[in-house]
Amino acid sequence: MNRTLRRAGIAVTILLLAVIGQLTYLQVVAADRLADDPRNVRRLTRDFSRPRGDIVTSDGVIVAHSVPSHDELVYRRVYPEGPLYAQVGGYQSFVFGNTGVEATYNDPLVGRDARLQLRNVRDLLTGRPQTGTVVLSLSDQVQRVARDALAGQRGSVVALDVASGGVVALYSNPTFDPNVMTSHDFAAVQGAFDLLRADPANPALARAYRETYPPGSTFKTVTASVALRTGTATPETEFPVLTSLPLPQSTTSISNFGREACGGTLFVSFTRSCNTTFARLGLELGDRFVPGMSRFGIGLAPPLDVRPGAVESTGPAPGSFRQNQPAFAMAGIGQGPDLRVTPLEMALVAAGIANQGTIMRPHVVAEIRDYQRRVVSRTRPSRWLTATDPATAAEVTKMMISVVSDPRGTGTAARIPGVSVAGKTGTAETGPDANPHAWFIAFAPAEAPRFAVAVLVEHGGNRGSEATGGRVAAPIARAVLQAALALPAGS
Amino acid sequence: MRDALAARRRGTEVALGALVVIVIVGAYVLVYLAENPALPRDLGGLAAAMLGLFAAAHLAVRRFAPRADPTLLPLAALLNGIGFVMITRLDRDRAAADALGPAQAVWTAVGIAAFVVVLVVVRDSRGLARYRYTFLLLGLAALMLPLVPGVGQEVYGARLWAKVGPVTFQPGEAAKVLLVVFFAAYLVEKRELLASGTRRLGRLHLPDPKHLGPLLVPWLASILIMVQEKDLGSSLMFFAVFVAMLYIATARSAYLLAGLLLFLGGAVTAYQLFGHVQVRVSTWLDPWPVAQGKGYQLVQSLFAFGTGGVAGTGLGLGSPGKIPQVSTDFIFSAIGEELGLVGTVAVVTAFILLVGSGIRIAVRSERDFPKLLAAGLAITIGLQAFVIMGGVTRMIPLTGITLPFVSYGGSSLVANYVALALLLRIADESNRHARPARGRARTPAPVPARSP
Repeated sequence: MNRTLRRAGIAVTILLLAVIGQLTYLQVVAADRLADDPRNVRRLTRDFSRPRGDIVTSDGVIVAHSVPSHDELVYRRVYPEGPLYAQVGGYQSFVFGNTGVEATYNDPLVGRDARLQLRNVRDLLTGRPQTGTVVLSLSDQVQRVARDALAGQRGSVVALDVASGGVVALYSNPTFDPNVMTSHDFAAVQGAFDLLRADPANPALARAYRETYPPGSTFKTVTASVALRTGTATPETEFPVLTSLPLPQSTTSISNFGREACGGTLFVSFTRSCNTTFARLGLELGDRFVPGMSRFGIGLAPPLDVRPGAVESTGPAPGSFRQNQPAFAMAGIGQGPDLRVTPLEMALVAAGIANQGTIMRPHVVAEIRDYQRRVVSRTRPSRWLTATDPATAAEVTKMMISVVSDPRGTGTAARIPGVSVAGKTGTAETGPDANPHAWFIAFAPAEAPRFAVAVLVEHGGNRGSEATGGRVAAPIARAVLQAALALPAGS
Repeated sequence: MRDALAARRRGTEVALGALVVIVIVGAYVLVYLAENPALPRDLGGLAAAMLGLFAAAHLAVRRFAPRADPTLLPLAALLNGIGFVMITRLDRDRAAADALGPAQAVWTAVGIAAFVVVLVVVRDSRGLARYRYTFLLLGLAALMLPLVPGVGQEVYGARLWAKVGPVTFQPGEAAKVLLVVFFAAYLVEKRELLASGTRRLGRLHLPDPKHLGPLLVPWLASILIMVQEKDLGSSLMFFAVFVAMLYIATARSAYLLAGLLLFLGGAVTAYQLFGHVQVRVSTWLDPWPVAQGKGYQLVQSLFAFGTGGVAGTGLGLGSPGKIPQVSTDFIFSAIGEELGLVGTVAVVTAFILLVGSGIRIAVRSERDFPKLLAAGLAITIGLQAFVIMGGVTRMIPLTGITLPFVSYGGSSLVANYVALALLLRIADESNRHARPARGRARTPAPVPARSP
C-alpha cells in the first residue's frame, strides 16, 4: 500500500503547490492590475484614510491639500483655487477615481514611493508623515493672467517653458470646481458629476489637451518649416499674387482672407498669411508633407503627465496625396477634415521653433519634495521630438517676428514694448454656419526664447464673426507672455 | 517520560508551540496597533488562554501518545491561531453583537477538549474498525440531518446547517471524519476482493462490475448531497477522498479512471440540470462581466489577493471586509490581502507539511487499517484546503467549504481536531512498533518472518 500511498500524498502536494503557483500569479504577476482595477476600491480606501501631500504651484500657491474629515474616510481633499487648476491638478474622488496630477502623482502624494521612503527610513520608524509635496511647473501668476485674459470666452491657453518643456500655464474655459468631486457624500458627488456631464458646454473637458480643432493659419509655421527643410522653397521664393487657387481633383478653390489678392515671396506670404501661397506649398510638398508634420507631433499624443492624458492631433493619411490632393492643399493652410490639433500641440509647435527645432517633453510637475520641503526628485528636461533643424527654425522665427512687427503683419496686437515677439495668427473656418476659431501662437523673446504660448478662442469668442486670430487671440497671448516674462529667469 | 525518542519529540513540540504562541500573540498585537496607539488590554488573557490550550493539548499528547510526531499539533495551532487573529480582526467590520472572535475562541477550546477526549478514549486505533457500520450510520445520518424539516437550515442557498436547541452546526464536518473511518475499515476488509476481481481489457484491468458497487454507492451519496443540499464542495471532497482511498487500498488505477469518469459524468449532468452549478462554472471561467453581480464575491477575493501583493497591506490595514463571507469561506483571501504572498504561502506550506506528516504516519504504520485511516484523514484535510483555496483564487470553480483550522466555524474546528487526534494516535502506535526495529539494528538477532 505504501507505493500508492506515497503517490496519493504526492498528488495532493502537487495540488497544493499549484495553489502557490496561482497565488504567485495573483499576488506578483497580476497584482498591480488587480490593485489598480477601477472596480477595486481597496487602494483608494487606504489612500483616503491617510494624509496626502500638497500640490503647489512653482510660486508656492496651494492647489490641493487635505483636511481631516471626521468620517470613515478620515481625510478630505480641498482645492483652495477652485476651478483655476481643475484641468491640471484634477481631483481625488472616491466615486470616480482620480484625475490629473492627483492620478499620475498619486504614489508620491500618499508616500507610496521608494525615493520618499528610503529618504525617510528614520521617519518611517518614528511615525512621521511620508507624504510628498508635488510642485507644479505652473506659475500661479501666469495662470491667473491666462484666466483673466480669456475673460470667460470659451477657449484654451497653454504656455510652455521652451527649454524644459515645463507647462507654465494651462487653462481652459469653461471649467469646473473640483471641490464638488471630493465630497464624501457620494450621492452629491454623483449629482455633481451628472450635472457636469449634462452641461452642453462640457466644462469637465480639458479642452487644452483633450479637444482637437482645425489649426487654421497657425499651421503655416509647420507648412513653412517642412517646405524650408525639404528645400521645396526658401524665404525668397516667389509665389504668384492671387485672390484664389483652384484645387486639383475638385471644383472648389481656396481664397485669401477677405478675398484679397495676396502673394509674393514666402516671407511676405507668411507675414500676410496668404492662403493661396500655402495651399500651393501643400500641393508641392505632396507626400513629403505628412512625415514633416509628424516630426512636429501630428499623429501623436504628447506625453503630458496627467491622467487622462493628452489626445492625439491628426493629419492626412501618409501616402494619400495621389488620391486626395485637396486635403494637402487644405492642410497647407491648416484646414481640411483630416487636420485637427489640440491647443497643447500648437504650443509645442511654437516651442519647437523657439527651441531651435527641438520639442521638449511637456510636463506639468517640476519636482517632488518631502514634507520638509527637501527636493526628492526633479523632472529632468528631455527631448520629445526633433521637429526641424536649427537653420530652418531660425528662418521660421524671422518670419514669425515679421508677423508681429511688420505693419502689414496679422499679429501686431501681440507686440510687447521692449521685447521681440514671434507669432502666427490663425482664423480657422469651422463650417458655413459657424464663426471661425481665433488662434494665436507665439514665443518671446524672439532672439533668446523663454516661453511659447498657444491661445485658442472658440468661434471667435465675444467678437463672433468679426473675430480673427490677430484681433481676439493675439492680445491674450501678449498678456500671458508678459506675465511669463516677468517670472525670474531660471525658475 | 519513558524513552528518549518520546522525550525528544515532546520537547520539539513544546519549542514549536512556544514559537506559534509568540507569532500569534504578535499578530494579535499588530491588529490592535493598526487602530490604537497602545497594547490591547486583553493581551495577557489571550496569551494565557493560548498557552493554556496548547499546554492542555500537549500534556494530553505527552501522557497518551508520547511517541507521536511533534509537528502536527504546532501546525494545527499555527493555522488555528492565524484564523483566530483574522476573525477577530474581521470583527471590526461587524456589529459588536455579531462578533465571531469570542465564539471562535470557545470553539477552539471545545476542539482541544475533543482532541484530548479522543486521545484518552481511543487507546488503540484498531478498535475503531469494529464500529465501522455504526460510523457509517452516524455519518450518513449526519449528512442527512440538514434535510430533516425543522432541524435543517438553509444558509446562502446551501442546506448544510442543522439546528438543535440553541446550537447551530454543520453536521457534514462530523460526517467527514466518521465516513473516513468507515471507508478505511471497509476497504481494508474488502481490499483483496476489490483488487483481484478485475477483468483484463487490453492493458487495462477493469474492476468486475459487481465490485463497482462500493464505488457507486458513495458516488450516488455525493450526488445526493449535491442535489439536496447544494453543497458542491463537500460532495466533490467526499467522492475524491473515497476514490483516493480505494486506489491506495487496491493499487488499481482502473478505479481512479472509473472514479474520474463517474465524477465527470456527475459533473456534466449536474451542470446541465442545475442553474447554480452553471452559475458557479460561468463565474469561474469569466467573473469580470458579473463583477457587480454573481461574480462579486470572487472578484473581490481576487482584488484582495492583488492588493495584498507580496508583503500584504499589513494586519488590520486592508479592507477584507468587502468580501461577503470573509470569515468562513473567504478567510484565505483576507490573509492574502493583509499578509500578502508571504502569508498565503506560509498557510499553504503549513497544509503541505500537515499532509506530508499525515502521509508519513500512514507509511510508517504497519497495520492496514490505521495506515489507510491516517492516509484518508491527511488527504481529507489536504483536499479540503485545496478545494477552498483553489476556489477563492479562481483555480477551480468556487465551492463553499471551510479552510481546515483557519475558517470560522465550530463544527469544522472540532472535526479537524478529532482528525488530528486520530493521526497522533496512529503515529504513536507505529512509533511504538518501530522501537524493536531500532533495537534490532543495534543488536543483530534472528528475525522472525513477518506475516504479509
